[in-house]
Amino acid sequence: MAEKTYLQAISDGLRQEMRRDQRVFCLGEDVGVYGGAFKVTLGFQEEFGPWRVLDTPLSETAIVAGATGAAIMGMRPVAEMQFADFVSCAWDHLVTVAAKQRWRVGTPVPIVLRLPSGGGFSGGPFHSQNPESSFAHIPGLKCVCPATPEDAKGLLISAIEDPNPVLYFEHKHLYRRIKGEVPDERYTTPIGKARIHQEGEDVSVITWGAMVYTAAEAAKQLDDLSVEIVDLRSIMPWDKEAVLASARKTSKVLVLHEDTRSGGFGGEIAATIGEEAFEDLDAPVKRIAAPDTPVPFSPVLEKAFIPQVDDVVAGLRELAEY
Amino acid sequence: MATGTAVDVVMPQMGVSVSEGTITKWLKQVGEEIEADESLLEISTDKVDTEVPSPATGVVSEILVQEGETVEVGTLLARVGGEVGASAPAPDAASPPPEPATQAAADAANAAASEGVEVADATEQPLAAPTETTGDSGSAGNGKAFVSPVVARIASEHGIDPSQVEGTGRGGRVTKKDILAFVEGGGAAPEAPPARAPSGQAEAPTPAPPQAAPTPAPAPPKPAPQPVAAAGEPAPGETFEPVTAMRRGIAEHMRRSLDTSAHVTSAIEVDMSKVVAIRAKLKKEYEAAYGVNPTYLSFIARATVETLRDYPWVNGELRGDRIVTRNFVNLGFAVELADGKGLIVPVVRNAETLNLLGLAKSVADVARRARDKQLTPDDVSGGTFTITNPGGYGTFHGTPVISQPQAAILGTYAIVKRPWVITDENGVDAIAIRSIMNLTLTYDHRLIDGALAGRFLRDLRERLQSWGEKDY
Repeated sequence: MAEKTYLQAISDGLRQEMRRDQRVFCLGEDVGVYGGAFKVTLGFQEEFGPWRVLDTPLSETAIVAGATGAAIMGMRPVAEMQFADFVSCAWDHLVTVAAKQRWRVGTPVPIVLRLPSGGGFSGGPFHSQNPESSFAHIPGLKCVCPATPEDAKGLLISAIEDPNPVLYFEHKHLYRRIKGEVPDERYTTPIGKARIHQEGEDVSVITWGAMVYTAAEAAKQLDDLSVEIVDLRSIMPWDKEAVLASARKTSKVLVLHEDTRSGGFGGEIAATIGEEAFEDLDAPVKRIAAPDTPVPFSPVLEKAFIPQVDDVVAGLRELAEY
Repeated sequence: MATGTAVDVVMPQMGVSVSEGTITKWLKQVGEEIEADESLLEISTDKVDTEVPSPATGVVSEILVQEGETVEVGTLLARVGGEVGASAPAPDAASPPPEPATQAAADAANAAASEGVEVADATEQPLAAPTETTGDSGSAGNGKAFVSPVVARIASEHGIDPSQVEGTGRGGRVTKKDILAFVEGGGAAPEAPPARAPSGQAEAPTPAPPQAAPTPAPAPPKPAPQPVAAAGEPAPGETFEPVTAMRRGIAEHMRRSLDTSAHVTSAIEVDMSKVVAIRAKLKKEYEAAYGVNPTYLSFIARATVETLRDYPWVNGELRGDRIVTRNFVNLGFAVELADGKGLIVPVVRNAETLNLLGLAKSVADVARRARDKQLTPDDVSGGTFTITNPGGYGTFHGTPVISQPQAAILGTYAIVKRPWVITDENGVDAIAIRSIMNLTLTYDHRLIDGALAGRFLRDLRERLQSWGEKDY
């Protein structure tokens, strides 16, 4: 057990799996010689050789399509999109082919797409998005969004093991900012299981990714309020039971995400709470999310766009006082 | 400002059995202009939910009763015109502390808040202001009437009336924590904290307010507010649910009716074969031409109205030392609400002016509006005779309770094909298959003797049995 950054945890998990399993290889733009845009695969080509750490042409379509073909042939590809935003180029291969292959012909497609996502550093509209809800909507795809270094490693290994296409959203703003204890040995974190980030009695926050820390900071500022934070970890499948249990316990729920509001996955969670825990609610389920605009480039506007600690504090206060 | 002097707005009389109403929503606030007859507030009673129009054009100068409060009929609710805030108490600068340290402090805070109502509105809840998008959810006072799902469930599980619980949520709303604390602290203990009762409710019963309604019945002596009997805790296997305002009203009215009238019931069998045949013919025509179903009930109502002409006492009332008779019939119909959760008796006024089609339309209209909760106070007041129709479930006899202060109620039952002895034109008896219905008249024997009731039923039967194709 050693303290590692979120980024190191991803890197270690991937390296461990490549050492353990010859079928596992990675591919993407600049993942080889350059070590990846964020240096997740730094040193990989030296260790595993150019045929297991493939520098690809600048084509997300080719990356996803190639990974899909390799997976169908029995490999375990881990493909990197330089930014999660670019995965839209590969929409057709991912949504039409990879997601449906197993339903159509029974062939598993065990690909992992690593998707550096999220904003907070003036990346602008093409390098800051959190498109998880678009893919959570596609039957056949799994979506995970780890928040801690430990989960980053455990969920990556689970994603590689999983026989289905898994979209692994790794939040760029957590890469070097977040450190935590990560076991050295191989372990998995189950896909579809939430984690209680902190227990509380008065209000629940359901969130994932970087917003876990925004929620925790807000809770810290509210001494008089006992806030429970549920880190969903997986968006699809998601841990309905954990969410409902927390909703039933506190009766007041805030759903928080960095993705934009309309059609964001928070709506699905809020609707499910309304359907299945209606008689346990003491306040309307509240959502805090980014407004329905592209991510702004200007630091001032980006701060207004991404939910901030103050927004969450105000939202929690409002629920508490309801 | 159109009105120089203030005009009072009082809790209206919403029917004979109604003694109180709950203010559900103010549609205008102090300082807002309002036209005469424009809706000023919404109220809910055990009979109807409705809007109350402003009696005058002017500016709402005072609002004296908060949303969520229940007050006696005749209680002054607001004033329109005059000076704004004329006699409103000055705002208590220190009044809205949202987090009282003790229950006693909470009581005191609530009392203070309810005294400075309309002024406090503007100053409370500063935090909610930026996110407020709908006008109806933010102002203080609204919260008191709103029961959240979890509070409703806990209240139902423990047999608690949530309005007995001190609320610490927005606008005095009872939160889950409030009701759980209430349960832990001994639950439905009957001693109501004095601070809770809106002015007037805990006082000695006031004399009945004068009625402006068209039927100037003397209001029944107001029963003393029923002491809330402690229900205690449910025994194993029992479940508690709260008594609704409507159910409380029905219970009170039924008990009072039996305590008032000397109920006697007579029954008669009616051969409905002709009505059945004519209705079958008319049904297509009425539905195609008028979009209305000529129900058996409308035939019976039509025949009843005609028969009542000859029996004014059956359409009458015993009022003090006088017998009241009328040259009109306001016909009430008992309508069951969805889920069997209550009963309401809307009235078709001046039923004597309506033919079969008019009655069929009117009955369908009031029944629909009763189920949709769209009845106005006038729709449920002023009845002179009532028809109740439990026959839809196949029952063949019953003894309904008279709707006070009327003298009688007609019960109609299932139409059933039966072997029936008839006498043909040669005077020979034969057994035929006929559509037979029982009718009952439950009457107040203080006013109506058995012989009179018998003759009434005989004539009513004759009208129905001899219904002709040209009769409307």
